Amino acid sequence: MQAWQKLLIVAALATIIVVAGTIVYFNYFTKRRLFISTTTSLDDTKLLEKIESDYEATHNVDLNILAVGTGIAIQHAKNGDADVVLVHAPSVELSFLEDGYGVNRKIIAYNFFTIVGPADDPAQTSGKTATEALFNIVQYGQNMPDQSGGTQIWVSRGDNSGTNSKEKSLWTAAGYNYTELSEEVWFASTGQGMGSTLTIADQKNAYTLSDIGTYLKFYSDGTISLSSLILEEQPLLNVYSVMAVSPTVSANQSVHEDINFEDAMDFIEYLVSDETQELITNYGKDTYGQSLFTGAVQPLIDDAPQPLVSWIQDYAFFDGSECPPQYRNGYADLYT
Amino acid sequence: MADILGGIVEAFQLIFTGDPEILGIVSRSLLFSGTAVILAILWGTPLAMLIAMKEFRGKTVIKTFLNTLIGLPTVVLGLILFLIISRGGPIGFLGLLYTPAAIMIGQAILVTPILVSIGVSAIESVDPEIMSLSKTLGASESQAQVAVLKEAASGIILSDIASFNRAIGELGVVLLVGGNIVGVGNRTDVLTTAISRNVQIGEIGLAVALGILLVIILFTINIIVAVLRKANYIVELAKAPYFRLKRYRETKQ
Repeated sequence: MQAWQKLLIVAALATIIVVAGTIVYFNYFTKRRLFISTTTSLDDTKLLEKIESDYEATHNVDLNILAVGTGIAIQHAKNGDADVVLVHAPSVELSFLEDGYGVNRKIIAYNFFTIVGPADDPAQTSGKTATEALFNIVQYGQNMPDQSGGTQIWVSRGDNSGTNSKEKSLWTAAGYNYTELSEEVWFASTGQGMGSTLTIADQKNAYTLSDIGTYLKFYSDGTISLSSLILEEQPLLNVYSVMAVSPTVSANQSVHEDINFEDAMDFIEYLVSDETQELITNYGKDTYGQSLFTGAVQPLIDDAPQPLVSWIQDYAFFDGSECPPQYRNGYADLYT
Repeated sequence: MADILGGIVEAFQLIFTGDPEILGIVSRSLLFSGTAVILAILWGTPLAMLIAMKEFRGKTVIKTFLNTLIGLPTVVLGLILFLIISRGGPIGFLGLLYTPAAIMIGQAILVTPILVSIGVSAIESVDPEIMSLSKTLGASESQAQVAVLKEAASGIILSDIASFNRAIGELGVVLLVGGNIVGVGNRTDVLTTAISRNVQIGEIGLAVALGILLVIILFTINIIVAVLRKANYIVELAKAPYFRLKRYRETKQ
């Protein structure tokens, strides 16, 4: 036998040992893993870090959080690479449920998006409604002196995330076509997370749409100096929901057999519990002077405060329910 | 400017206080990339020997192909691997996605072209006399090949170091197949992904600290190797058995 043949056999053995070792280690020697695919805003604000340490202190499960944005989070779940999705784009969530990938949806929290921009507000958006503000931004962009593409005054996520979906619907509501606007010289698209996009908007002195949580964290850290110009109105409502990935997907059953459904449901029940809801609502109050997120479970049960609850129902309910019965799989106590 | 200075000051504070977060990230980086390079050495060295020492058709094509692969963007390889080891992919049933093994194997595959390519040049530049001399001295084909390999040790080590540099500074593969998972459980964040994440969440000081450490690690390893190469320690160490063999044969005659 030649030297290189001997070495190749050693290499093959070493590779097998690494792979087998990992498989054995993760199957027998560690806590069960629960993969949570999530929007970046929950992770960038470090809320999930807090929830993770709180949950793992009392449960024998290792939460593996993949902060990727709503679009990819849903894609992960379809591939069977996530057990739970934690997202904020009702229209995307509905098709996810309809396609049979998601079950047992629960609305867990809400806050508001905000349009942020330079403090001197060149497009005069402050105090306007979102629709008027977007109109002013387009007018300003189309009429500003520099039309070379060197100056961009609107920065879009452009990544099919929940924030990006919201941005598209706001443009539509204001009478514009997102795809056409994105071709214009004053319009930039980052394809990155909320944090990066805010930083880019800050550097460019441009406007962007942000969830209030990420914005407040970056603003109070001094990372960005953009001002929040439009606040709490119905079209800017942001609703976060959690869904378990269905372990029985007829389309590709083999892929979804390994879904950790039991732990996923346990985690969802933990999220909607009174203690966790309180944790979510109080998160960031000390540091930022206001809540970054508000727990939505109790308001929906109480049907108060109004008009907020009816806004949530308008925006994020399907057929008058946060999860119509055909998309439920056991765990009836979640919906009483 | 304040950001840069503040970041650097905070970075050195974090480094010198031995922040456990940073120590964890650094040790994971060293462990994952180290293992990856060892794996790549194990399968890359025999491949390099095969390509350099055997004559076969299409040899130039293979060498050109390897040189092209060196420039393969890491995200492209990351994407390919992701699709293969995702639960929906051909070997998804192994459950390798988002594990350290996925990172190690991904990086090993990534650096293999560098390792083999530089390795082939190193072996080919060895004086062909060595091969025939070994055989004259009674070495078997296999022993003669090993003798040539030892003669090429200097170049081989260079290829190993280049591979390690690429592995530890690489972002695309670790991000896509490792998932950059943080938390208290099994983490898969390493220096590069942690830098990217901390910039994203506005923790500039931590990001600068990790960046500085990454550069320090690369410098240290390269300096050590450069000194050893200069003093020829490694080469002599590696060659020693060949000279022992030679002396043994000589005394026997």
